[in-house]
Amino acid sequence: MSQSAVRMTGIVKRFPGVVANDGVDLEIRAGEVHALLGENGAGKSTLSNILTGLYRPDEGTVEVDGEQRVFSSPRDALEAGIGMVHQHFRLVATFTVAENVVLGESGGSLFMNQDEVATRVRELSDRYGLAVDPSARIWQLSVGEQQRVEILKVLYRGAKVLILDEPTAVLTPIEARSLFATLRAMADEGRSVIFISHKLGEVMSVSDRVTVLRGGRTVGTVNTSETSTRGLASMMVGRSVEFERVVRDNPADTSVTVLRVDEISANDDRGRASLHDISLTVGKGEIVGVAGVAGNGQRELAEVISGMRASTSGRISVGDELVKSGKARSAIARGIAHVPEDRLHTGLAASHSVEDNLALKNYRTSTISKFRLLKRRAIREQATALVERYDVKTPNTTTPVRLLSGGNVQKVLLAREFSALPKVLIAASPTRGLDVGAIEAVRERLVAAANEGVGVLLISEDLDEIMSLADRILVMYEGRILDDVPAEGADRERIGLTMGGSNVQEVAK
Amino acid sequence: MNSNIFVIIISSAIFYGTPLFYAALGGILTERSGVLNLGVEGTMLIGGVSGAWACLHIGGSAWFTVTMSILVGALAGGLVSTLLAFLCITLKTNQTVAGLAITIFAGAVGLSSYFANIWKVAKTPVPRPIRTMDVFGLADTPVLGPILFRQTSLTYVSWLLAIVATVYLFRTRVGLQLRAVGESPQTADAMGISVIRYRYIHTILGGALAGIGGVFYSLAIVPTWVDGMTKGAGWIAIALVIFGFWRPSLTLLGAYLFGALQSLSSTLKARGVDISGDILDALPFIMTIVVLVLVSSRFAHRRLGAPAALGVPYEREER
Ligand SMILES: Nc1ncnc2c1ncn2[C@@H]1O[C@H](COP(=O)(O)OP(=O)(O)OP(=O)(O)O)[C@@H](O)[C@H]1O
Ligand SMILES: [Mg+2]
Repeated sequence: MSQSAVRMTGIVKRFPGVVANDGVDLEIRAGEVHALLGENGAGKSTLSNILTGLYRPDEGTVEVDGEQRVFSSPRDALEAGIGMVHQHFRLVATFTVAENVVLGESGGSLFMNQDEVATRVRELSDRYGLAVDPSARIWQLSVGEQQRVEILKVLYRGAKVLILDEPTAVLTPIEARSLFATLRAMADEGRSVIFISHKLGEVMSVSDRVTVLRGGRTVGTVNTSETSTRGLASMMVGRSVEFERVVRDNPADTSVTVLRVDEISANDDRGRASLHDISLTVGKGEIVGVAGVAGNGQRELAEVISGMRASTSGRISVGDELVKSGKARSAIARGIAHVPEDRLHTGLAASHSVEDNLALKNYRTSTISKFRLLKRRAIREQATALVERYDVKTPNTTTPVRLLSGGNVQKVLLAREFSALPKVLIAASPTRGLDVGAIEAVRERLVAAANEGVGVLLISEDLDEIMSLADRILVMYEGRILDDVPAEGADRERIGLTMGGSNVQEVAK
Repeated sequence: MNSNIFVIIISSAIFYGTPLFYAALGGILTERSGVLNLGVEGTMLIGGVSGAWACLHIGGSAWFTVTMSILVGALAGGLVSTLLAFLCITLKTNQTVAGLAITIFAGAVGLSSYFANIWKVAKTPVPRPIRTMDVFGLADTPVLGPILFRQTSLTYVSWLLAIVATVYLFRTRVGLQLRAVGESPQTADAMGISVIRYRYIHTILGGALAGIGGVFYSLAIVPTWVDGMTKGAGWIAIALVIFGFWRPSLTLLGAYLFGALQSLSSTLKARGVDISGDILDALPFIMTIVVLVLVSSRFAHRRLGAPAALGVPYEREER
């Protein structure tokens, strides 16, 4: 009989305007991988923050190894062996990877020996397959790499209970699989892993037991072996959901090119060449999927096209109008909309209200401004309509965006970008971190946009998503496009191999 | 003759730059923890008047009296900034407002003058001023002598402090955690670092250093307490923190540059050079304004390496 490592009983947590946890029970056994499932805003992150001592519960008790504990700070939780990989990364952007990893480590020498730390970090990353350069600075890393640093931090602290809040949202299927192996190995060592994810397939393959939350309450805990994807989905949303390859009612017209990228090269933040002569086209109403492992130039590609990064050579045009290199204003004027990878920082003004964020892109238009002054009422009406249409869960339209749950943040961003009526839409991992219901909605929006003739460049590390949405699939590896195939009948195996850098010609033969 | 005047300008630049450096170094420590201290001017004045009081009342050898006066000034500065820390960190008031309030409350027409009155230190020359020393008997060496070997003890200590602070900030674990607190308190907190404790300690330490800067005015520069005698040095120090990119070494150079500007008029006048004193006296402040305007665009701020969470109170349950 395995003993319970953590037991949370009757947890209640209230925030102004919301009850995030409303009597949640959670029991974690030693040596198990326990999945925590629930829709956006169900209270998963809040519950984990309580367990790591970041939030104090208004009611309820926490027991660790059978002993009741009150954590007044993350330090207490860390000392009790509980570590967490946060959904919104907690990293110091200007520090190196090694510096981030050793932060807060008690004991140790007065001086920090960079080399020694780097060696230890490298050891850990080798052991767990979390490749990252210990001397790189965080702001230079892709979101996927930053995620690895977060995981390394917790491993470095040697936590007994690990909470991972949507860790696979930024990983490729292959990376995710190796992470699962790591998690399994840790569970076999007797540690407990709490794994939060929206991907039901992952939950099925990696977890021993699953607890489902809905609206801040525990729906129930089930053994993974006794349930199915379908069963979990209906527990989560209270109805059944399914994904299949989307059938378009208005197919792409590839005779008209809306976006043309011509031999674009660009550097990354460290000034190293990260895009090498990339050429691609997106037709009218076409969805072109860009598959690849995070950090292979996808972010730079999206930024160059949307004018946020200057190219070192090459041309980008929409229709037959050129987009000025490195000029976001020019890209917007040409009709390029961009849903960036890092929503809270690049995409939205986090501490501004939902309605202001929704007005950010069209504040110059006459509907919401007059004589350069904003019409507050019109802005609010626009926001109310969009919140309704995109099903954003928010107390009201004046709530700051940063208070929303991860999924709802994304919905705000999408609502704004879609409502700008673009010709071209660059979407970087648009459904990352969304629950099944929201994913469905976002995908419908993407397809609807394509049906209306918008050319969509869908950059995603989620191969399933690309396979089910795209008309054509490009595979990116180390800043080059290695493969270009129609999605209909595409070979998953071949794409997967190409994502890992295998030579296409060889595979093709 | 010409080379002579440069030697004098440089050596007095170091002299006048010393209190600026103390205050600015304090500012670096405070701001690195994410707290903006606009109360430096007031803190320096309180430190200055307390140091003068101590010098008048504490007997013993010259060394003992001076050391105690400096410590009393530091203590007083620390106390003033404890109040600032309480306002900014615990009560989470707006840091600009809190800092200005401290400067007005403690400053020239406030508490420091009141203390000077009741302690009767105003216009009374201090018995044991801080004097320049003759180190290794080398003070009369041509050129280098006045610059390197005829300075005050506090100047030599400040050189040591510049090195210690640099090592502390960039080489030690505690310094790393301090910078993490100023860059991303959320991250620091999640890693088990007490944001509150780091901010309190470094705000108080910063105030203590500003207090020592104040003592330098009342014990070395004049050396008599005069109401409002720092004449805006606290503001220059705040500009210096930015000017030095939050780094002790660069700030030290900046302090000497401003020290040179401050001493220029008296040096030149003493040498019979005919130039309007008003313009020269205004120079440091013109420079301060120019520096602040140049670097206060948010872009520049980020690029220059301002702590990302500077001026933002930390609330754990906020997102
Ligand atoms: N610090 C906070 N202040 C105010 N409201 C909050 C705060 N944290 C969470 N909430 C609210 O509590 C609810 C639960 O949020 P939580 O982040 O726990 O959801 P989640 O299950 O993690 O969702 P997601 O899958 O989208 O990440 C949401 O309605 C959210 O807006
Ligand atoms: Mg969450």
